[in-house]
Amino acid sequence: MSRPQLLVHDHEDNVGVVVVEDLAAGTEMLCVVTADNSDFRLTAKADIPIGHKVALKAMKAGDTVTKYGEDIGRMIADVAVGDHVHVHNCKTKRW
Amino acid sequence: MALDFSSMTVKAWRRENGRVGVRNHVLILPVDDISNAACEAVANNVKGTMAIPHAYGRLQFGEDLDLHFRTIIGTGANPNVAAVVVIGIEPEWTQIVVDGIAKTGKPVHGVSIEQKGDFETIRLASWKAKEFVQWASEQQKEDCPIGDLWISTKCGESDTTTGLSSCPTVGNMYDKLLPEGIYGCFGETSEITGAEHICVKRAATPEAGEAFMRIFQAYQDEVIEPFKTSDLSDSQPTKGNILGGLTTIEEKALGNLEKIGRTSTYIDAIGPAVAPGKGAGLYFMDTSSAAAECVTLMAAAGYVIHTFPTGQGNVIGNPIVPVIKISGNPRTLRTMSEHIDVDVTGVLTREMTIDEAGDALIAMILRTANGRCTASEALGHREFSMTKLYRSA
Repeated sequence: MSRPQLLVHDHEDNVGVVVVEDLAAGTEMLCVVTADNSDFRLTAKADIPIGHKVALKAMKAGDTVTKYGEDIGRMIADVAVGDHVHVHNCKTKRW
Repeated sequence: MALDFSSMTVKAWRRENGRVGVRNHVLILPVDDISNAACEAVANNVKGTMAIPHAYGRLQFGEDLDLHFRTIIGTGANPNVAAVVVIGIEPEWTQIVVDGIAKTGKPVHGVSIEQKGDFETIRLASWKAKEFVQWASEQQKEDCPIGDLWISTKCGESDTTTGLSSCPTVGNMYDKLLPEGIYGCFGETSEITGAEHICVKRAATPEAGEAFMRIFQAYQDEVIEPFKTSDLSDSQPTKGNILGGLTTIEEKALGNLEKIGRTSTYIDAIGPAVAPGKGAGLYFMDTSSAAAECVTLMAAAGYVIHTFPTGQGNVIGNPIVPVIKISGNPRTLRTMSEHIDVDVTGVLTREMTIDEAGDALIAMILRTANGRCTASEALGHREFSMTKLYRSA
């Protein structure tokens, strides 16, 4: 298998993690779901740093963000597929 | 082919109380902050000894004082320590530490400074330190089963790569070595927030799960609620975590819990620096998520090797316990490889499985137990940070 640009923990997740440096907007990423090594393709909408998250689905403010198949917080802004998801548009439900 | 872990042995020191140590330190141990200078002078006089200065030990009381003594005594009692010279300002508290360490059967001697001054204290302590270091240098290693090791874990400067690679590497190690009879330990109470519902299910018994939830809830009620400044308290996730792509405490906690693997369960939840009391197995310890504080507490509980996953690149070490750093972040391996002992970047490129990464960590644990100097030891990282529960009197 060629090297993936994006890893996703679980099929239920709506975000994945960029695992390469210097990912440029417009890249058609090879995405691998680590739970079963299945893969798919997705185009990044922005330059996204290594370790940062990409939306796998369109989401609206208030939607729950799922990673590891678990609730990791809520969106506070709308995103499209391939957008960067981080502290500017996603918040904890705790504290 | 699957490795046979039950036949693996390490060359290490079997101490007087039967515990196995992988280092042979002679410590010059201050009871309190004002004894640091004398300890450092003794360590300068006698080569092969190590002073571990720290910031506290005066006018503490109650539970906070108990934790102080437990940490100091536990550090001296750790099997990685062959012998200890204790120096404190007053004879009474010095003797409490000496008596605590002496229960292990190892050589320990106390000197107090009052009515002597630093010069006479340093003279007396230096003679004893020289005797101890020469005695320790003749202690022989022997073959010990891998199951005799006590291996703790805590991650730091985490990012999203730790949850994908280095933390599950530690989890895989625990899944393989806990059945061989090792003691394991994870902690970081604040960093379970958002994954407590998963953590409680990983208890071996309902009692262990209840003990964990009591500790977790007490931290939320007594620390977070009275002192919080914002949703994150500007601390969890840290600025480094956020640079690395972690967005929320829930996301960080789920990655953190990857360190206890798929099949491992914890048999008890214990207080900070408390020695595990229910036999071999995995323990949850109530600790801060600050790296040096957490590793200091686990070392004081008796753990002899620490496994430390890092994403963005934490540089921590410990004076008495070798800290093995594991990273899967290719940028960190490119920019600060001098700090990393086990490279698991292959997990992200899908060229290495978690099973292979776990085996690579076990191989490094064996090499470290046999004497390989870790990155943090080679670089002189000796962070010894006491946990303080409240202000001194």
